[in-house]
Amino acid sequence: MRAPDLLASAVQNSFRSKLRTGLTVVAIFIGAFTLTITSAIGAGISSYIDSQLGAIGAEGVLNVTAAPEAQGATDSGPAPYDPEKATAGGLPGGAPGFGELLGDADIDAISAVAGIDRVEPSRMVAADFIGTPDGDRFEVSLNPFSAATNPDLAAGSALSTDARHEILLPSDYVEPLGFADAADAVGAEVVLGASNALGEQETLTATVAGVQNTTLLDLGAGVNTHLIDALNEIQSSGRTTAAPSGYVGAIAHFDPALGDDELDRIKDELAADGFQAMTTEDQIGAFQTVISGIIGVLNAFAVIALVAAGFGIVNTLLMSVQERTREIGLMKAMGMGSGKVFGLFSLEAVFIGFLGSALGAGVAIGAGTLISNALADTVLSGLPGLRIMLFEPSSIAVVVLVVMLIAFIAGTLPARRAAVQNPIDALRYE
Amino acid sequence: MGTPVLEAHDIHKTYGHGAGAFNALKGVSLAVHEGESVAIVGKSGSGKSTLMHILALLDAPDAGSLAVKGSDPARLKGRDINRLRNEDFGFVFQQFFLVPNATVLDNVVMPLKIAGVGSAERTRRGMEALRALELEDKARNKATDLSGGQKQRVVIARALVNNPRVLFADEPTGNLDSATGEVVEDILFQLNREHGITLIIVTHDHELASRCDRQLHLRDGLEVAA
Repeated sequence: MRAPDLLASAVQNSFRSKLRTGLTVVAIFIGAFTLTITSAIGAGISSYIDSQLGAIGAEGVLNVTAAPEAQGATDSGPAPYDPEKATAGGLPGGAPGFGELLGDADIDAISAVAGIDRVEPSRMVAADFIGTPDGDRFEVSLNPFSAATNPDLAAGSALSTDARHEILLPSDYVEPLGFADAADAVGAEVVLGASNALGEQETLTATVAGVQNTTLLDLGAGVNTHLIDALNEIQSSGRTTAAPSGYVGAIAHFDPALGDDELDRIKDELAADGFQAMTTEDQIGAFQTVISGIIGVLNAFAVIALVAAGFGIVNTLLMSVQERTREIGLMKAMGMGSGKVFGLFSLEAVFIGFLGSALGAGVAIGAGTLISNALADTVLSGLPGLRIMLFEPSSIAVVVLVVMLIAFIAGTLPARRAAVQNPIDALRYE
Repeated sequence: MGTPVLEAHDIHKTYGHGAGAFNALKGVSLAVHEGESVAIVGKSGSGKSTLMHILALLDAPDAGSLAVKGSDPARLKGRDINRLRNEDFGFVFQQFFLVPNATVLDNVVMPLKIAGVGSAERTRRGMEALRALELEDKARNKATDLSGGQKQRVVIARALVNNPRVLFADEPTGNLDSATGEVVEDILFQLNREHGITLIIVTHDHELASRCDRQLHLRDGLEVAA
């Protein structure tokens, strides 16, 4: 029997008992539907995180901070005081939560690591308020690591290294500041207020380079290097003592074309020097792990449903083999080999699996897209760009193939039973 | 006469084990030559169907030797036996064993499908076989919608579609009334006469047996005189 004939016969046979096949297909449909939806949710959330967080980390950038000092080493006792240790420039009491700071010597050490092209120190800067020259003023937090980001923009462009003050406005500031929409805000001037060490307030004017979509993590407004320097100058003026000034971290640029091995080497060298270097991927990794864990559990439930459906296939085909005992005997008497008989029933199982999974995936795509669009416009409208379900052709193909594989495995038992039948016994069968 | 198409020597066959064992054949010998028509006659339980199954290579004997066209099938591989059954043998059973929801044509071309013949060629040869049995107009009907006589003619068409050398018929008229049975008998003997197809008919019907060239009478697994 030729392969196309075998396939055509298997398809025909599966439609012989429409009700029975139909019910089995429904069971598989439910599993495939669930698996498609859960994997789409996984893909949707991952892609959102990628666009919101992953994409903000520019390629070829390492976020370098001082390595946290080993804690819990019971025999080491408290760390001895070092008066030369840098504290955050200008901020009274240092920068809480940022741990050790980096000094100029540290920046040089980072630059010295082979493979690092350029190092930009990040200062902790703060602004008291943001406002338009003649409008309301609002509190704002600034993101000192903006240079390492590749923001998800609603309008405008990323920050430049030009010698002018630039700011990236979070999208929820657009309306309060009196702009019609994100595009309207781009190019406009905003006023930032900052205080010096004596508490005297000064103002700075900055141009809005772009508007950033709201993100899951509130990173604050992005500011370019030039603006950071200006703010830092205000903050450090009026100091009466010369405390060692430091940086909360540094952004080290490397060639994005470097392989993982080379990147690991750079990280190891930095770690040996007492720094902690992380790519954005590393930083997001933990977040992604939690999400994939949840999705994994959901997928596991869908797979359990599919395994249950697999027993449905076993049952359906066993009945089918029983019913068609004589036909199998006849085909074998007419010279059909056992392998082909096995193939015929396995293909029938695989076809039932394909039918259920293709229908399940198709309906899941349709329903999921509708639900996802409806949610994006209502419940999730506060998170622009989030589409809760993302249907990727590759993952749908994987779902269909996995279901077909489960169906094939389920079909082996009945198919084997059909294949080993003795034509004589089968023809005598009453 | 040359080498017999089928030759069986001292065939033994037992079903079951121990006390429940049933000796279906206790040493039967038979040689069938090309173009012959042979009837295997006996009551139910005489071992006649078992002998036919062994001759048709559907079953293997426990003891005794078998030769198909001079060679021992026990030395052939499963695949070759399958090919032999597919190409050289045709089967007509008492029960029709038609696939219920398939068309008459689909039923008839089943051996060709198993042999891997292409679709167009299958239809051509299937229609040819149906034409020979005057069933052309029923080609697209469902097999279940036919009368008993028509069904048995479909079965014969199915047995002939591969142009077999030997046709095995197990009670070919058992399920038919005497008028239709006679039509079917005529068809079988016509094939034997005009196309030289060797006929091996298993029957308990002495009238049908008497139309064959030769009769082999079986009783309790042994050949007996008529």
